[in-house]
Amino acid sequence: MDTATPQPAVEALPPLSPGQIFWRRLRSRKIAMIGGVLLIGLYVLAILAGFVSPYDYVRQDHARFFHPPIWPEVSGFHLVVPRYEHLSGDCVYRRVADDTRPLHFFVHGDAYRLLGLVPLSVHLFGTGDDAYPIYLLGTDQFGRDILSRLLYGSEISLSIGIVGIVISFVLGLLIGGISGYFGGMTDNVIMRWCELIMSVPTLYMVIALRNTFPASISSAQVYGIIIIIYSFIRWAGMARVIRGMTLSLCEQPFVLAARAMGQSHLKIIVRHILPNTFSYVIVAATLSVPYYILGEVDLSYLGVGIQEPSASWGLMLNAAQNTEYLKNYPWLLAPGVAIFITVLAFNFLGDGLRDAADTKA
Amino acid sequence: MLNFVLKRLLHMIPLLVGVSLLTFLLMSLSPGDYFTALSQNPQISPETIARLKAQFHLDRPWYVQYFFWVKNVLSGDLGYSMAYKIPATSLILARLWNTFLLSFFALILAWAVAIPLGISAAVRKNSWVDHACSLIAFAGLSIPDILLALLALWFAAATGWFPVGGAASPIHDLMSPGEQFWDYVKHLILPAIVLAAADLAGIMRQMRGNLLDTLRAEYVVAARARGLSPRWVIYKHALRNAINPLLTIFGYSLAGLLSGAFIVENIMAWPGLGRLTMEAFFQKDSYVVVDCVVMATGLLVVGNFVADLLLAWSDPRIRLK
Repeated sequence: MDTATPQPAVEALPPLSPGQIFWRRLRSRKIAMIGGVLLIGLYVLAILAGFVSPYDYVRQDHARFFHPPIWPEVSGFHLVVPRYEHLSGDCVYRRVADDTRPLHFFVHGDAYRLLGLVPLSVHLFGTGDDAYPIYLLGTDQFGRDILSRLLYGSEISLSIGIVGIVISFVLGLLIGGISGYFGGMTDNVIMRWCELIMSVPTLYMVIALRNTFPASISSAQVYGIIIIIYSFIRWAGMARVIRGMTLSLCEQPFVLAARAMGQSHLKIIVRHILPNTFSYVIVAATLSVPYYILGEVDLSYLGVGIQEPSASWGLMLNAAQNTEYLKNYPWLLAPGVAIFITVLAFNFLGDGLRDAADTKA
Repeated sequence: MLNFVLKRLLHMIPLLVGVSLLTFLLMSLSPGDYFTALSQNPQISPETIARLKAQFHLDRPWYVQYFFWVKNVLSGDLGYSMAYKIPATSLILARLWNTFLLSFFALILAWAVAIPLGISAAVRKNSWVDHACSLIAFAGLSIPDILLALLALWFAAATGWFPVGGAASPIHDLMSPGEQFWDYVKHLILPAIVLAAADLAGIMRQMRGNLLDTLRAEYVVAARARGLSPRWVIYKHALRNAINPLLTIFGYSLAGLLSGAFIVENIMAWPGLGRLTMEAFFQKDSYVVVDCVVMATGLLVVGNFVADLLLAWSDPRIRLK
């Protein structure tokens, strides 16, 4: 009797872990990858804000209010920065012909602290000559470089979303899990409370909450307050969804087994139930970050958020509110474009994550 | 059906009570009030301020104030605006009407554009129409209301085709009724477009998704197998069922719309509730802030009620439950 079993022609590949499958599915989505790469770039820029920005965010150029963008030009093998002169009248500038300075990389300039720790004064690019400034995105009503303020502002905008979702999602997960797991009166009280919060249009609720804090406080405090306010509002929606998922997960055999083994309620919720909601949570978190970014923008724009002279995207847009400014100096809208790109990147990535997490499709 | 309507109406009451209580509590936690600024004024004696406070029950704890407020609201009196020195009722009702008008037109505009786009994207899946629609959806979901409103302002200022800000021209009262109507429309059109554009993307994506789901359903295949024309199957069988889930997001989209209206009103100077809230906020006119929050919530709750009615009307399973 022939005992040799037929050998498979091709050796079977080791099975992929769920994480690997997810990563493969995500990588095949071009839009998600574009969003991811954009976000990595934006966060690197925000971390290196002091180094990349040519000037300090409070530095005022009293000779150049509302200066239009200045771009370097190619001259021979060098990049040169042209000089502009101020014409009499309302912030009208004219290029001076044949008067340029070469653009240098790694030049000395305003002092800053990288990551708030390392004191440095090297900047990625610049002319090193105050008479030949380089304002890639022009200057604002106080003669401050918009690109520099945009970069410093991105520190606020890009971090506020991350801190915000961490707080509101931890709250939402825990409270939603407790609500669905225990049911009954607890569930009823928590869900009515969620409905209450969700039935007020967001910005009205935000203003009512903002009113409980003093009107003029430091920008660092406002930063914390914005996170508190938006977390207070946004955990409710999260908790509702998690509660629904917990309700159906409670019927699963593994939860029954954990109960039968006498594990504590909190441990069952945190260790057994909540990890099963993570594929939803990651997608929802990515798509929620823009709400915090836009929340800061809205509040700062309305004048109850980050205050001058700090740089924030909402605050910078506030300057564009004046129709005359808007008509004559359209580069003031640059922060709006930055917000658009950031939110778009989060939506791209979130959409791709959702498709990759949806194993049914 | 009557039972259903009554149940829904009764459901609204605890919600409004809860929201007004919460807002009152938040107001009482607020540091300083309208009188803090007044007391700096040497021309106003402390006695006058004490008298004024007593007159409006502002010297009492917040739950007593709340009790007086509810009593007054039930008799149609929304309190008194300290900053405007007029009864809050007329002030707020005028602003409420403006916000309603703006939101209502934006809603109609958004749905009128989003539904046909969503349908054509689903019917011609993966065609250029579909790709263009998904591009619009991504852009619409990502563009901040503020940027859109500022671009609209810039457009209005650059072309001069539309008035910049306000709900009516200064000479509105001198116009004939026909001109007055046209004047309103001209002021309303830009804010409504901005608001609708922000709302449009979500509805369009939902419509496309729903219709794609129903087009895969067996009854659609069966109808096609019986030889019905594709057009008939899409519009009579699939679309009718794809509309139902859309009515449930109507309420959700309304919440976004009212919040969006808040920011659009403040940027484009549309005299609505959102603008009034900010004015009252800066002047510490606490009754008016409370009234605005409760009114906006009321608008949302009524909107959700209408959505429920529409859903019950279109889907018998819901009203029989």
